[in-house]
This record gives sequence, C-alpha cells and structure tokens, in this order.
Amino acid sequence: MRFLDTVMGIPMSIDIRDEGDHHEAAAEAFAQLQEADAIFSPYRSESELSRLNRHELTLETVSGLFTEVVDLASRFATVSGRVFALQTASGEWDLNGIVKGWAAQRAADKLRALGVANFCLNAGGDVIAAGNSGPGKAWNVGIRSPQCAQQMMAVLALRDMAVATSATYERGEHILDGRSGSPARGFTSVSVIAADLATADVLATTVFAMGLDGPRWAVERYDCSILAQTEDGTFVDAGDLRRWLAAG
Amino acid sequence: MNGKWRGTTLFLAILVVMCATFGLRLYSASAHSGVTTSLARSPGTPATTASATPPTSKPSTTKGATGPTPSPAAATITGDPENTPYGNVQVSVSFKGKTITGVTVLQIPTSGNYDQRVAQAVPPILLQEILSSQSAAVNTVSGGTYTSTGYLQSAQSAIDKLP
Repeated sequence: MRFLDTVMGIPMSIDIRDEGDHHEAAAEAFAQLQEADAIFSPYRSESELSRLNRHELTLETVSGLFTEVVDLASRFATVSGRVFALQTASGEWDLNGIVKGWAAQRAADKLRALGVANFCLNAGGDVIAAGNSGPGKAWNVGIRSPQCAQQMMAVLALRDMAVATSATYERGEHILDGRSGSPARGFTSVSVIAADLATADVLATTVFAMGLDGPRWAVERYDCSILAQTEDGTFVDAGDLRRWLAAG
Repeated sequence: MNGKWRGTTLFLAILVVMCATFGLRLYSASAHSGVTTSLARSPGTPATTASATPPTSKPSTTKGATGPTPSPAAATITGDPENTPYGNVQVSVSFKGKTITGVTVLQIPTSGNYDQRVAQAVPPILLQEILSSQSAAVNTVSGGTYTSTGYLQSAQSAIDKLP
C-alpha cells in the first residue's frame, strides 16, 4: 500500500509491503513529519525555529525535540570543521540540512514501533528502505541521474538502510559551504548510504559542500558509502559502494 | 591498485604514441633546425626498411645486394610538456632514421598528485557494476530534494503512479 502526503512543501511517500491495513500507521508516521515541520519550519512564523530567530525563545526554552536536533547538528558541525553549519552567516538558525532526514528517520522509527517491518519511506528524494520489498527481495532504490530525471546513475539494493542525495538540479545552488558562505562546487550529485537517514542526509549535504575531498572525509569518520558525480560527469565512490549495487 | 597502474600504463602509452607522432611530424617537416638537418635528408637516404629499398627481382637477396647501409641519422626530440589532470607529462623520443629507438620520461605526475585525484574516481570494474545496475527495476528514487512542482516531472512521480 502506498501513501502520499506533502510535508515541508515536499512530496513524501510511504510504501508498505506488510500484509494487512496500515492506514493508521502511515497516518502516525506522517503526523511525526508534520510535527517536525511545525517545530523547525523557517516558513512558519510560529515555529520554534522562527521564534528562536526572533529571540522569543532561547536554546534554554526550546522543546526537547529542538534540543535533540541542535545537539545532533552541533556534533556534525564540529566534526566537519563547520562546513555543516547550524546558522547562516547573518546568525539566523537554519536546520534545513538535517531536519528532513532526522524527521523521516523518526517517522520510520515510529512505523517500526507500530510493527511495520517492510516499507520504503521517500521524503522528497531521501529514502529509508526497511525490510524487504517482496519475499527475499531488497528495495531497489534508483539514484537519479543529474543530467536526466528519467535516468538512473545507479540502482541500489537496500535492506534496513537509508540513502540521501544532495544535488543542485532541483533547487539550484542551495548548498552553501558553511566556511565561506558561497555555493559549493565540484559535484553535481552526492548520495550517501548509511544505516540511518539523519546521518545520510547531513553527510550528503556536507560532502557536497566540501567538494572533491568530501567523500573520503566522510567514510573515514562515519560508517557510510558514497556515490557521487562531478561536474565533468565522472563517477566518484567511497566506502563499500559495491555492496549496495543492485544486480542489473 | 592494479587497476590504477593499468590506467597509468595505458595513459603513458597513449602519450608516448602522441609524442612520437608529433615528434615525427616535426622531424620530417622542419628542414631548418640543427636537429632536423639530417632528417630532411632521410627521405632520399636508402632506409633500412624493405619498402624503401629500390625494387629488385630477388627480394631475398636485397640485403646483400644493397651492401653496407649508410648509418641513418640519430636524433632525440623533446616533446612539449602535456598538462593532464594529474600533473605534467613530458617525454623525449630518440630516433634512428624514422625508427623510434627509445623514449625517456622527463616529467610525470608525482604519485601524490595521482593518488589525490584518482583514489576517488570509480575504478573500471566498479564502474561496470554501476552501469549494469542502472538497468535494474526500481521501487523508488533518491534525488536532490524536489519541490511539489518539480515532483511532477520527477522520476518518482512516474513510479508513484504505478498501480
């Protein structure tokens, strides 16, 4: 059963392959995503993030979930030497680089807690593949070619793994290097495969921002695999990518 | 590791052939430089190759019939430095007549530069596996975050329309 919703202005889908009716579980998962949007959206004036930016809240008065995300993001910011940043150059809080992955992972954890074992959650291009897509079959997750939306640069076969992709082809140059504040260059697409989507999402953004040195940096510090494409079309890998490639 | 060095060898081989071709062209085109004075003469000089030997009714006796061959001019020509993504490559090619007798590598990228760029590029066997994975059927698609508008054109929308 496939469920669709739009959260954070982004289409999200949950494809559940367990037997039975899972409408309620899917609704609860989407509720988790909506809750995250209500807390972290920079577009909602009443979100905690907006209120923090207006100094109506402080890091001491935000909710537990907000603190959880800030703590997680701070760790990535430290390890990456501030390539991954929590605040813009002007000091505004911006947690977009982590919220989607973190929220989708939380929704997937909710599904699992509700007893759903075999599902695929796609949050606007960031994917959690849980269990199997069918008897003995992993989830085949295509990685979109940067040149053509209908073509895959690779297909991954994933079980209980997540993959996030950072690219410029949908939203233009929205990934900034936290150190310089200028648009990242070097890659057209970076996909990171990891056990949880929060990590994969942050690393995809960070590696993209770092440029050509990024993939090696990431696999030396985190348990992940990477497939990227450079501006001249060259494929770049890091970690154990081969392990995740689908048989053609 | 093997793949890397196979790449280097192939790369150098191609460069050598290119430099040799260029060198030869220089060699036969220029009649002014000191290096090529002797080369300009070479078309008229009886060469050591069979095709350049005056026709004879008894090819098997060619060698004996022509007697001692004048020693062909030897020359060494230095190729231009070629800029590559891994650093500069420059070789010199030694000729005897029009035959290449040796190639000397004057400049190659340091292994440091080479590793820096190539360690990240997908090795050939893995590239094959990536390309062959492209034909696998997909359940869903990972890509740069798309907006609801972009979604309509995205690969995922096509997949989500499946019954």
